[in-house]
Amino acid sequence: MARRDLLYMITWREIRVKYKQSVMGMLWAILMPVVIVSAGVVVRYAFSLISHVPLAVADVASVSVRAVPWAFFISSIRFATASLIANTNLVTKIALPREVFPVAAMLSQLADFAVASLVLLVFLAVLGVGVSVHLLWVPILVIILVVFTTGLGILLSAASLFFRDVKYLVEVILTFAIFFTPVFYDAYMFGRWEPLLMLNPVAPLLQSFSDVIVKQTTPPLAWLGYSASVALLTLTIAGYTFHKLDPYFAESV
Amino acid sequence: MTDAALRLDGVYKKFRKGELYDSLRDLIPALAARMLRGPSSGALAPREFWALQDVSFSVEPGEAFGIIGSNGAGKSTILKVLSGIMRPTRGTLHVKGRLSALIEVSAGFHPDLTGRENIYLNGTILGMTRAEIKRRFDAIVAFSELEEFLDTPVKRYSSGMFARLGFAVAAHVEPDILIVDEVLSVGDYLFQQKCFERMNEVMSGGATVVFVSHNLRAVSLLCERSLLLERGRVVTMGPSHEVIKAYLTRGHGARATEDKDIRITEVSLGPAGPARVEFQSNEVLEITVAAAARTPHEDMSVVVQIVDDNQYPVFNTCTQRLGAGPLALEAGETLRCTFRVQLRLAEGTYHVSAYLHRYVTDHAYERWLNAATFFVAGTPTLRGVANLAPTLTLCEKIPAHDSLAPVAAVHSNSSTAREGVAPPTTPPLLIQVQDEIPARRGGERHVG
Repeated sequence: MARRDLLYMITWREIRVKYKQSVMGMLWAILMPVVIVSAGVVVRYAFSLISHVPLAVADVASVSVRAVPWAFFISSIRFATASLIANTNLVTKIALPREVFPVAAMLSQLADFAVASLVLLVFLAVLGVGVSVHLLWVPILVIILVVFTTGLGILLSAASLFFRDVKYLVEVILTFAIFFTPVFYDAYMFGRWEPLLMLNPVAPLLQSFSDVIVKQTTPPLAWLGYSASVALLTLTIAGYTFHKLDPYFAESV
Repeated sequence: MTDAALRLDGVYKKFRKGELYDSLRDLIPALAARMLRGPSSGALAPREFWALQDVSFSVEPGEAFGIIGSNGAGKSTILKVLSGIMRPTRGTLHVKGRLSALIEVSAGFHPDLTGRENIYLNGTILGMTRAEIKRRFDAIVAFSELEEFLDTPVKRYSSGMFARLGFAVAAHVEPDILIVDEVLSVGDYLFQQKCFERMNEVMSGGATVVFVSHNLRAVSLLCERSLLLERGRVVTMGPSHEVIKAYLTRGHGARATEDKDIRITEVSLGPAGPARVEFQSNEVLEITVAAAARTPHEDMSVVVQIVDDNQYPVFNTCTQRLGAGPLALEAGETLRCTFRVQLRLAEGTYHVSAYLHRYVTDHAYERWLNAATFFVAGTPTLRGVANLAPTLTLCEKIPAHDSLAPVAAVHSNSSTAREGVAPPTTPPLLIQVQDEIPARRGGERHVG
């Protein structure tokens, strides 16, 4: 009970502090997705120039539908990785369940994700993307994404406490990960190399978001199953490792 | 024994000097070694040291227990182990009930959030639920005396306000076991009193208290039993006054040297004979200070200061003031002075500090703080620090009707005095003060 309230307050703090004294306020929540979508549109336009297939509205919708969860994923990982170091004061001075820090970092980004999703909803409506039964997949996809993000965030937060390199490594990977993840493009475009791209547990999720919302088809179930398993495994390993390492946190910062 | 609120059994804590792991290259062999040996190995690797060794004690429910020791004795480590911030390398810790530590009570504050927001934030960080905080909110605010500043971001608070808010939140956690570390030095005197009262309240509510402190008087007031820690080991444990005595006789002075070529070599208490720490009030005490110089030094005086247990100076004298003139030492020479004082002090613990003062530049060559400690006993008739040798010259009872005349005289005296000196209400007094200040300033300017 106290633990849940702590998680609530820490998450609330993250959100509150971000919007306090910031001119843009809620706009921050959609800034990142908007930038990603813009970049995606440029990339897709370049594709269309080369392939002489005109840029379709569906392509823009597809990029947008993937950009929003991708933005959630990378900012969650970024904030979660830094969360324990950012709270050094509390980690070394007060006994409390420390997993609240990476989890709260993820939750505060989830709030941004929700805001951005609302904007995305309007955008998709404008683009004329319809509604279908396949939308029922969306909550499942979000849950898998949240589980994987939480697990990875917890793992990286602990790792970065022991090795400061982790933070920079994560930063580099997150910057370039967009090229290895089907955000701007479809994994299907790669033919027999597709499985290689889909090994990235986020790839099937992004692909599925596009499939169920824009293409309105069944997502790649096998790959989705793979993502879900990796997500669960990551969270389990993360939880176990975090608790194993927890007693050494205070002396390792 | 199983009923103990808090029990430590053979607790060891190992630390490593320097960096934990310098690089991945160091880590991998270290991890491999750890896996082979198991995590709770008793052996010390290079650069490792024991911060705690074989510490065992138990605290009964409702008991107040003190932990004393000089800096570096392992007090902070024991606190961190007790509060669960760190896990012992070896040994076990049993805690029964909700434990709360009054350590770093303001650590959970976020500077950009308001006082109100921080009460909730810090409250949950200290282990309360939001419902509990809501219930105690008014009490917390009243305790902190910060009603007007509740909606101000705490970054605009003074450090005193910051600490007060922190303590106010922490003081309302209502734990079963309370761990206190020096927090009584928070804020001004009145607030400290309030904290002290609050601790007594918590204790009388049946909570177990572990009090870790340098403040020996506070320890002896609050705790029946104490433990003395030295270099990570338990030296003695037992009734507080005995443990404190043991601590004081082991010497714990702190030195601050500004000139390596001269040093105080001795600070001892006499009269000559076997070393003593216990004196009677009004007895004669001799303080001998010796200093040796490696290079010539001049313009010196030797200062001795007696401070009480709260480090408050109660007495100070020096060779210069006693008519010895400036002292000079040639290379290799040693200086020895004995001060004789009459201990007109009340019962208590006092510390002697010695300084080698260079009064031309007003600098100290060397300061040896708390170089010696002594106890004064034998003043059951008085409290405080000074023995003003009180006697009772009059104490008689005057029957109600006979006494009208003398009592009336006293009364009328005091009331006329009051009317004459200060007005009865505050506003006129304020105006009076404000009137005075510009006048005084103007006068100074005129002179300058």
